[in-house]
Amino acid sequence: MTDKHTDGTGGQVEVAGRDSQVGVASAQADPVPDPGLPPHDPRPTDIDEGLEKRAERQVAGMFGLATLLILLSCVAYLFVDIHGTFLNFNASNFAIGTTLGLGLLLIGMAAVQWAKKLMADHEIIEDRHPVASSPEDTATVLSAVKLGAQESGFGRRKMIRNSLFGALGALGLPAVLFLGDLGPLPGNLPSRTIWRRGMRVVNDVTGEPIRPADMSIGQLVNAEPDVLVENEEFDSPGEHNLEGTALLNAKAKAAVILVRMQPRDITAYPTRTNWGIDGILCYSKICTHVGCPISLWEQTTHHLLCPCHQSTFDLANNGEVVFGPAARSLPQLPLALDAEGFIIAMSDFHEPVGPSFWERGGEEDVSP
Amino acid sequence: MRFLSTRRRHPLAGLVVVLLGLLMAGGLYAVAAPKSPAQADTAQQDLIEEGRQLFLVGCASCHGKNAEGLKTKAGNILGPSLVGVGAAAVDFQVGTGRMPMVQTGAQAPRKDPVYTDAQIEALSAYVAALSPGPAVPSEEDYNAEGIEGEELVRGGELWRTNCTACHNFNASGGALPHGKYAPSLEGVSDKHMYEAMLTGPQAMPVFSDETLSPEDKKQIIAYVDSLHETPDYGGLSLGYLGPVSEGLFVWLVGMGVLVGFAVWIGTSGVRSKK
Repeated sequence: MTDKHTDGTGGQVEVAGRDSQVGVASAQADPVPDPGLPPHDPRPTDIDEGLEKRAERQVAGMFGLATLLILLSCVAYLFVDIHGTFLNFNASNFAIGTTLGLGLLLIGMAAVQWAKKLMADHEIIEDRHPVASSPEDTATVLSAVKLGAQESGFGRRKMIRNSLFGALGALGLPAVLFLGDLGPLPGNLPSRTIWRRGMRVVNDVTGEPIRPADMSIGQLVNAEPDVLVENEEFDSPGEHNLEGTALLNAKAKAAVILVRMQPRDITAYPTRTNWGIDGILCYSKICTHVGCPISLWEQTTHHLLCPCHQSTFDLANNGEVVFGPAARSLPQLPLALDAEGFIIAMSDFHEPVGPSFWERGGEEDVSP
Repeated sequence: MRFLSTRRRHPLAGLVVVLLGLLMAGGLYAVAAPKSPAQADTAQQDLIEEGRQLFLVGCASCHGKNAEGLKTKAGNILGPSLVGVGAAAVDFQVGTGRMPMVQTGAQAPRKDPVYTDAQIEALSAYVAALSPGPAVPSEEDYNAEGIEGEELVRGGELWRTNCTACHNFNASGGALPHGKYAPSLEGVSDKHMYEAMLTGPQAMPVFSDETLSPEDKKQIIAYVDSLHETPDYGGLSLGYLGPVSEGLFVWLVGMGVLVGFAVWIGTSGVRSKK
């Protein structure tokens, strides 16, 4: 209930000081005269006893209803089936949420109504206080600091002062040494995946190896190296030696997509003409922008889209970026066939997969 | 015999002998050769012919009179070639009402089918007769009834690996560039889901039976069906469209209600006579 028109005293002091500095007459009248406070206008509930009683009943009614609803929420908690549904919601959640939420809302609304209609209606003015300390406080602190410097002899005993600086400076050394030893550097780990020459490219989840004849034009297969996906029929003993976090990390980096398109639609770099098999190409599934998994492939345009930030890669043109924030082409995995006719990798990726990192360096495998 | 022997050097004798030989050979072949399936199955032949007639009326204006596909003057595809797409593709496109298209556009939307089931069967038979392609799956291939427990969980895993990039985690669909979109799968029949995976309609990739087996497909279908049957335990789903609809709701409804309360607290009531 304070009035906006009254300035704090601090503000007035400042205005007067500035005026005296630049020499403008401070006696000039305010161009917009201060209208002062409007006369106090009593609320209807202050003068009409009927309205006051009504407001009282409203507030008490809301508190009462809130009590009822809160009790109801306890009843709902105890007696509504937690597996039941209501309007396709969970019935228990719905009942508890509705009753408890409305109860809390009514408590708040009753409090507001109480304050607005019935609590005392004074209009008061609170002046702002200056933020700066008083001159006495400032002087006391400064004299204490000076006395301390004088009595300790900080300026006089130079040997002690310099040795103190030396000790404090030495403290920096363990910080640098210890923090520098927080862990081994990742080395070339981010640059390599588990893909090696001869590893079969198999279906993710099912682990089925793939023959070129299994894929028709426009086909998409979400794939992984065979050492990471279990398949009873094709597993060789001792093949799956990764588990837990290491397995998930390896899968996350090695995830690929296998797509097949008309061979005449593909324009491969001269260095990559033998990387595909009759229109079957293999690319990393990890976006080169910030590493979202991408398998949003439009077979009609041969474009692969990242759902996170709409980076778009042209898989018919070596995975080059055609749109979006990604700065690097999608890494391609060179393919071959093994003796049984299944698709295998010829090597690891020729460049690091996923988003850029500090040690990644420039493009290793670029267009001519 | 005298009649024949006196005329054996006649200029036309050789021709007559050749004709007789051809007639005998042809006749013998007709008696001895196995009957071709097309000749044996006149009902199938009639079905294909009925499909061809329907095709010429309803489809040929875009796909060409022999389903060879047509291009516009600018070189864009008006209607793609249907040679080799198979019966499953026709059953999906016509059965979900996507074909015939009402107008050209970025994508054919799902709508009520124009043709009856019998007509769709005839159209499928005609297109399938052009060149081999995926056949319409049988009911035991796609019927996902009774799949639960571990198989359902595996279906979910396959779904999240292969499908969610476009169709959204809850099969609500999503946007693609240039006005295209991955449609919501709510209300799509098991058969049509199977056919879509099998044939890769429009921009969707193909998931052939060789890489995603019929069993895998059935588990995926069961999982999608279960998504639409599961209650919304988390409350208002807002279409399961993620931050777009949720953000809109919070900004308009949530903040709108807060502003309304602020207005009520600040103005109305204190000095009003009512």
